[in-house]
Amino acid sequence: MGWAAIRAYTILVYLFMFLPVVVVVLLSFNQNQFGSFPMTGFSLRWFEALWNNDAVMRAFRTSIVLGLLTALISTTLGVLASLALVRYAVPGKNLITTVLIAPILVPEVVLAVALLLFLNWLGIGKSFALLLAGHVIFTLPFVILVVQARLVSIRRDVEEAALSLGASPVQTFFSITLPLLMPAVAAGGLFAFTISFDDITGTLFWKPGGVETVPTQIFSMLRNSISPEINALGTVMILMTVGLPLLGAALARWLSVKRGV
Amino acid sequence: MVGNLQPCAARVLSPCPRPLGRGAIAQRGTPVSSVQLNDIVKRFGSFVAVDKTSLTIPEGAFVTLLGPSGCGKTTTLRMIAGLLDPTEGEIVIGGRRVNDVPIHKRNLGLVFQNYALFPHKTVVENVAFGLRYRKVPRDEISRRVKMALELVQLPQVGGRYPKALSGGQQQRIALARAIVIEPDVLLLDEPLSALDANLREDMRVELKRIQERIGVTTVFVTHDQSEALAMSDRIVVMSNGKVEQVGAPADVYNTPASEFVARFLGASNILDGRCLSRGAEGALLEVPVFGKVMVPSAKAPHLGGAGPAKLVIRAERLVLRDTAPDGGLMSAPATIDAVDYQGQAARYFLRAGDHSLQAINMIDERPFPAGADVHMTLRPQDCAALPG
Repeated sequence: MGWAAIRAYTILVYLFMFLPVVVVVLLSFNQNQFGSFPMTGFSLRWFEALWNNDAVMRAFRTSIVLGLLTALISTTLGVLASLALVRYAVPGKNLITTVLIAPILVPEVVLAVALLLFLNWLGIGKSFALLLAGHVIFTLPFVILVVQARLVSIRRDVEEAALSLGASPVQTFFSITLPLLMPAVAAGGLFAFTISFDDITGTLFWKPGGVETVPTQIFSMLRNSISPEINALGTVMILMTVGLPLLGAALARWLSVKRGV
Repeated sequence: MVGNLQPCAARVLSPCPRPLGRGAIAQRGTPVSSVQLNDIVKRFGSFVAVDKTSLTIPEGAFVTLLGPSGCGKTTTLRMIAGLLDPTEGEIVIGGRRVNDVPIHKRNLGLVFQNYALFPHKTVVENVAFGLRYRKVPRDEISRRVKMALELVQLPQVGGRYPKALSGGQQQRIALARAIVIEPDVLLLDEPLSALDANLREDMRVELKRIQERIGVTTVFVTHDQSEALAMSDRIVVMSNGKVEQVGAPADVYNTPASEFVARFLGASNILDGRCLSRGAEGALLEVPVFGKVMVPSAKAPHLGGAGPAKLVIRAERLVLRDTAPDGGLMSAPATIDAVDYQGQAARYFLRAGDHSLQAINMIDERPFPAGADVHMTLRPQDCAALPG
């Protein structure tokens, strides 16, 4: 009896969490003009409408460029920071780690306003670069946490062996450390991309006028009306933010199986 | 001999089975790969890991740094390797001061306790790694990798990843990777410690065979005295950052230079006594239990003249008998407190008056039982004397 109840309860919780998502995905294929049940037939017309909606496509491009740049910069900085913190005796190591991880702990609104006020005080206006900087600050902790954990598990003597064999420190990094670190770098990059792609709070504060990302675009579309187009856009976003990490994980697993690691 | 960085390139590659190293290098006139440490000091904060150590490791020798953990042996090895900078002193390899030469330019082979193979590279890629940074042509690389794998008797595993190999195989590959670059010096940091007991003894023989075959100057770090005794040309016994004794295995074992060495290598009984006189034929000691003992000069090199002295008796030199011997041997009665049965031998814990002693004897039929009264017998030339 006890277990059955727990099982039923668990299923209900998951239904509560995922049913709305399923509804959005289902309705995005609905033929009817009004996004509600019962569905009147299968259609891709809302995806087509999305494709032809310039504002949405622009937002999409912005989001992807922003996400890719965020992932690139975050992983680069994250790897460098992790190397410094794990491999070298940096003074104030613990303090630096805490400061780097802090953006996760600080509420996003506070972070957003703080950065904005700070740049205002410096006399720098809103720009795409600022938006990018904000996203990097916000995603960096995730990258550092993942990369650091992996770096700790890479034995120092493997790098020392490479050095003794004649590889310079830089060559050692690129031929030994980075390849061994790659799963974490890829995971960190995916994290950074999906977080950036999803983000709305910070983006609303930081984005310059006229620039929209997919979430802010959805937000502004919702203010006017609930169009089935939004369901289609939601489906695309779900596909990207859920599908991409899954694809990454599958790729990583396939690579490691191939190598027998 | 294509693309090699130093004149001993033919060592690994030569098909002939006799040792080549020393002869091959002599052509050059001066030794290229002896190692010299001049007054090396290494401090970590206020902790002195290595204290004013000087050491000469001759060309082609197999030298073991032996000592308990924390004695500074690994620190010394890492300084030779270039992984640590000495606080003071000079490191000279092949006549060249290398203090300021970074590790990747020292041309050393390094083998670690935990193999340290590159997990994302195949065996062949692992072994070829060092050659790639030496601009060795491609066909030369594959030829030398093949020969190195044959030398460690693993020619068939080239395509595998390290994870698919046993510990012993991984360590052989690590050795192949270190010697394929024909290093000036081979540095081995407890390479056998991670292997299980049987394999360790096989690898010991194997490692020594390969080292003799290529004749490379080798520095071996271990805390295992039997490895040190079995493999080395010379043993450097270290304790608390200082060198206690340097010598051939038999010398270090039979004629320890200090109480530490006597206790660290094998089981020893040390009796505090006095040296009564010191002559050409030997030193006359008076110690508890055995009374007066004449220790031959060769076994008392560090003893000056009359004064406090210690008598060192190896546990396996102390032979137990039922009855007192007729003559020529030193002898003393004792009672067996406990017996530690070890199969072919037994270790006896003995009591003679106020003194506790140990004896390790081969067992003929059955060991003496605990509680038995026995006679401990000993030849004077099997003792060694130390200043007190």
